[in-house]
Amino acid sequence: MNDLVQHSAYFGVVISVAAYALGILIKKKFKLAIFNPLFLSIIFIIAFLLAGDIEYANYEKSANLLSYLLTPATVCLAVPLYRQIEVLKKNKLVVLLGLGSGVVSSLVTVFILSILLGFSNEMFVTLLPKSVTTAIGMEVASELGGDSTIAAAVIIVTGIVGNMSADIICRVFRIKDPVAIGLAVGCSSHAVGTARALEMGEVQGAMSSLAVAVSGIMTVILAPLFSMLSV
Amino acid sequence: MRYIFEFCIIAAISFVAEVIKYFLPLPVPASIYGLIIMLILLISGVLKVEKVSAVADFLIKIMPLMFIPAVVGLVESYTAIKPIVIRLIIFVPVSTVVVMGVCGRVAQAIRTRQKRQGVDIDE
Repeated sequence: MNDLVQHSAYFGVVISVAAYALGILIKKKFKLAIFNPLFLSIIFIIAFLLAGDIEYANYEKSANLLSYLLTPATVCLAVPLYRQIEVLKKNKLVVLLGLGSGVVSSLVTVFILSILLGFSNEMFVTLLPKSVTTAIGMEVASELGGDSTIAAAVIIVTGIVGNMSADIICRVFRIKDPVAIGLAVGCSSHAVGTARALEMGEVQGAMSSLAVAVSGIMTVILAPLFSMLSV
Repeated sequence: MRYIFEFCIIAAISFVAEVIKYFLPLPVPASIYGLIIMLILLISGVLKVEKVSAVADFLIKIMPLMFIPAVVGLVESYTAIKPIVIRLIIFVPVSTVVVMGVCGRVAQAIRTRQKRQGVDIDE
């Protein structure tokens, strides 16, 4: 099986897209937040790889095409942002203060939880950039002396948790304003959460894309200051 | 032809972003520079939004697919995470809820106050 997969240029893409399509079908049928298509497709693929005894490297080689599109797709997030530029201009203060408080609360929460859960200092700095987009977070973590692999894993899981629970969290906190929802989702769960915000509406999606970029940059500046604390 | 031109523009911006990333030693990924370049081009009117919108909307729509390979890669880093996995299962949802709640409530409170003061902030 590994030999066959190793020589296929399409295996990874086919199984990824098929698993995601299956995830969408299940979500449509059951309409429950737990049946998140992204979450489901990942479970299916991991199960498939384990069942077929296929090495991750062999899957990744041909699934790479999908990750490759992530940079141009992120660049394209400027388009919904541009379409909502008037909303953004009128909400400069909201964006700045909302995201500022989000970023600071993220760093403070990581500090407090690291103490409560007894994480090592290395783990603490690894977790500091957990709410920002994977590419920024990995670099921030390694710059601060953390482990970028663990950072990537935690960041992605954070994104999925945010993507799956955005609707419920906003309902519980009674966040109804579309601008506030977008900022909250992007600030807490980066691009993976933004995928959900884009489904909620164009304003939510645009604000979420904006939040990913701005809160990422804020974290680059603030995380080194917090890393001076030690747990 | 339209799609080829559109993709060409998007790919070119991605490339310029990589060049900037090469010269600026900040922990900011190329894609964020690209997003900012694209936004500046659109706002300044150098690039009309219709010149990229079909491909851009398509790429954004299929974006969740692009995270799949990286997340499946968690199988690989599992050994590194194993000793602290239980604590992480507590940590991740708690901090996600706090950040989303704080950011959303603060943003909403400011919006509500501005609305009351009669500042025009409606979409």
